[in-house]
Amino acid sequence: MELTLWTYEGPPHVGAIRVAASMRDVHLVLHAPQGDTYADLLFTMIEREGRRPPVTWTTFQARDLGGSTAEMVIETLQGVCERYQPKVLLVAESCTGELLQDQPGALAKGAGLSAPVIPIEMAAYTRKENWGASETLYQLVRGLLNGKARAAGEDGEAASADRRPSVNLIGPTKLGFRCRDDVTEVCRLLERMGVSVNVVAPLGATPHDLLRIPEADANVNLAPEVADLTCDWLRRQFKQPTIQTVPLGWGATRDFIVEVASVLNLDIDPDSIGESRLPWYSRSVDSTYLTGKRVFVFADGTHAIAAARMARDEMGFEVVGLGTYSRERARDVRALAAEYGLEALITDDYLAVERAVTELQPELVLGTQMERHIAKRLGIPCAVISTPAHVQDYPARYSPQMGFEGCNVIFDTWVHPLIMGLEEHLLTMFRDDFEFNDTAVPSHLGGEGAGAQQHDNVEEITTVADGAVAWAVSAEKELRKIPFFVRGKARRNTENFALEHGLSVIDVETLYEAKAHYSR
Amino acid sequence: MSEVIARAETGDVPDVRIERGERAVFCGLTSIIWLHRRIQDAFFLVVGSRTCAHLLQSAAGVMIFAEPRFATAILGERDLAGMADCHEELDRVVAELLARRPDIRRLFLVGSCPSEVIKLDLANAAARLQGVHDNRLRISAFSGSGIETTFTQGEDQCLASMVPDLPELAAGSQRLMVVGTLADIVEEQFRRHFAQLGIVDVDFFPAARADDLPPVGPGTRLLLAQPFVSDTVSALCKRGAKVIPSLYPLGVQGTLAWFQAAAAEWGKSADSVSEALAIPVARAQKALSRVRENLKDKTLHFLPDSQLEIPLARFLRDECGMSLLEVATPYLDQALMTPELVQLGSGVELVEGSDLDSALARVRASRPDLTVCGMGIANPLEAEGLRTKWSIELIFTPVQGFDQVADLAGLFARPLARERQLEIGSWS
Repeated sequence: MELTLWTYEGPPHVGAIRVAASMRDVHLVLHAPQGDTYADLLFTMIEREGRRPPVTWTTFQARDLGGSTAEMVIETLQGVCERYQPKVLLVAESCTGELLQDQPGALAKGAGLSAPVIPIEMAAYTRKENWGASETLYQLVRGLLNGKARAAGEDGEAASADRRPSVNLIGPTKLGFRCRDDVTEVCRLLERMGVSVNVVAPLGATPHDLLRIPEADANVNLAPEVADLTCDWLRRQFKQPTIQTVPLGWGATRDFIVEVASVLNLDIDPDSIGESRLPWYSRSVDSTYLTGKRVFVFADGTHAIAAARMARDEMGFEVVGLGTYSRERARDVRALAAEYGLEALITDDYLAVERAVTELQPELVLGTQMERHIAKRLGIPCAVISTPAHVQDYPARYSPQMGFEGCNVIFDTWVHPLIMGLEEHLLTMFRDDFEFNDTAVPSHLGGEGAGAQQHDNVEEITTVADGAVAWAVSAEKELRKIPFFVRGKARRNTENFALEHGLSVIDVETLYEAKAHYSR
Repeated sequence: MSEVIARAETGDVPDVRIERGERAVFCGLTSIIWLHRRIQDAFFLVVGSRTCAHLLQSAAGVMIFAEPRFATAILGERDLAGMADCHEELDRVVAELLARRPDIRRLFLVGSCPSEVIKLDLANAAARLQGVHDNRLRISAFSGSGIETTFTQGEDQCLASMVPDLPELAAGSQRLMVVGTLADIVEEQFRRHFAQLGIVDVDFFPAARADDLPPVGPGTRLLLAQPFVSDTVSALCKRGAKVIPSLYPLGVQGTLAWFQAAAAEWGKSADSVSEALAIPVARAQKALSRVRENLKDKTLHFLPDSQLEIPLARFLRDECGMSLLEVATPYLDQALMTPELVQLGSGVELVEGSDLDSALARVRASRPDLTVCGMGIANPLEAEGLRTKWSIELIFTPVQGFDQVADLAGLFARPLARERQLEIGSWS
């Protein structure tokens, strides 16, 4: 039994719905109690889908538990085949369905249905959403392609001269992070390389499209959390190599181009494929102020790894914390963290992440919707880089994360919540100005930074901090001259400094001693 | 699927058609979202699965920025396989929780579908834990599972679980108990109105503080603020309380009738109530008249969801001039709904239960001006060019009482006004 306040991932059957909702001509029947249908709103409200996810629920209640739940499964399956005439019928259970042991997969197989059935075991009590999406995609691809193994010797030779090389994009789903725009961006990138996109799956695919997967020369694994298993099976089954680099960030996009070229035996100069404004924006003088900004990164494995590299190598930040809730990617994230001199935070406990952010006091948090809550409470700027995300992270405008345009989008997204150089300079100049006073809500927080709106309480500061250190009135006055967005940190640092040095009263001297002590 | 016609016993209430099939409603756990806002020092610990936790956070969305006063103890494989003793595990989780939240005065253990299917006895666990933490807080258990409860019924189960804790009302006294969650602002208004009527012995259940437990006994008169409190009412009646039958306090007519019904028990005439409340009534009617223009003669279809459908249908037809195509409700408690059904009268298409696809087929066939539905269905209907009002907002927004009448009508008028205002091509 595990105490949970917020969860980063839903249950595995939500992953199955993500795959079904991404596709056409597929229908999912879920053996689940009334109430589990809330999952519809993830798609129709958060992602603003204009159609209901293609899911029909048995919605059993207590009165059905006496033995008629199996009949409900069969009635539901028959109704779905009649009404929706799916090309493929997926059958699974939610957590409660699993406890009933009605085995809807077996029932469906024996029910003489008009649609081919692919049952999926969800393991609701040990697994989570991304695993469910991965398993569903794998079973679907395998179920459709299993009998279609390539003959020995037909080993996916590189593109012949008269045929354009092609790849499949595997992994993007509904409710993924910016998948809609990332697919467009990656397709454009590949088009400029002269590479065709054969099938995108599951997003937008039909079962018929999945049957064409073996026709491509390679598979691009765009979402390892969802597509690792499938790409691996395709590699073994059809000798289709997997392109592993996810083009998130400037360096990663160039690495992606190089890997695609290498796998497909193409002679391509990455400079000829495209460029991003990120390198120049990052070099321009205003960005000097980004140097060494302390950032905390927490996301799914793929986005955490990509963000850490971008933060350090492309933005000039200091990564002070790195973690993921994707246990499947724990090893990769740990390895990268070690490279950064950090210990990775591998957890799906929101409170553990909150503790880490509170202790580290970063200047920017790059995280999920959960970290947005944490950062908001602590008054720290934040940008969302990964699911779980909320409705504002499914924007109307084109805003990919991948490829060169993705770099532009990310640069803006990360810098926007920070106070940029020129603005910071002005704030320092005018810190006691009538307009730039402490009661003015900082513009960069868009009026929603509760932490930043909390005014210093003079009473509180002059009384004893931590029961040991007191602030002299003069020091406290001086503290108030420090810009509000770093004042919290200055106060904590000074108090720590005083404690370490056995001082009971903080005066102006202590304040500056501490500043010198902590300056980088 | 199966369909039964239940004939009304008298000619002046609607016949009920019963539908069985796929349901698109929340389970009772969703009630926690507003209950934890109402009872400000209570904590709700769901004993369930990752699905329960995910439902709560999806339904609550970003409304909660503070550390929420609800959580889920997620059952794992070890719990199910009997490798871990669920009760020991629960004790550990509760101790962990209480250490974190010393401010909590009442803990609810909330049963879920999985905990009920594995027959985890939470009432027993609550009694045991009460013994351990006796000096600190009260602990009780109720079910919010989808197999037992539909959406707002979770509140009913929660309140019913508190009834045994209510103190005994002194013999010979008479007190009014308003049953069902109301927003604080509505409670304040209602207290003022009761005072204007000379009724001062009034309690609200649940109260904003968990320790404010209203007394109950043979002198208790129950006035229902919400129509989904069936089991709570039964439990209170077993302790001697009596229900004052009334319309629900939605709309001017409903709210006035509600106060009149209560006042009658205190020996006051309907006319004296109308007189005492003339100012808020007039103000409400004036505010409503402006919104009413947007709703008049528009057609309306209720899909089954919040259990407020019947009183809302009555208000929207009688006071806003809307035309009812179909009123569907997840379940029908005839006893608590009789005054509303009489007011609704025969000739209204009333459905109990749900068969989602056939209900949607009827909506598509009749193309109502407005469809009231659950959140998961709203956007797909909008995409088909149909205006909708998602019903969970009706629970979260203060809508009862005179001063909220125009707000209530406004919730329905806004989608229609928006359609008229936007010049961005066809809606569908």
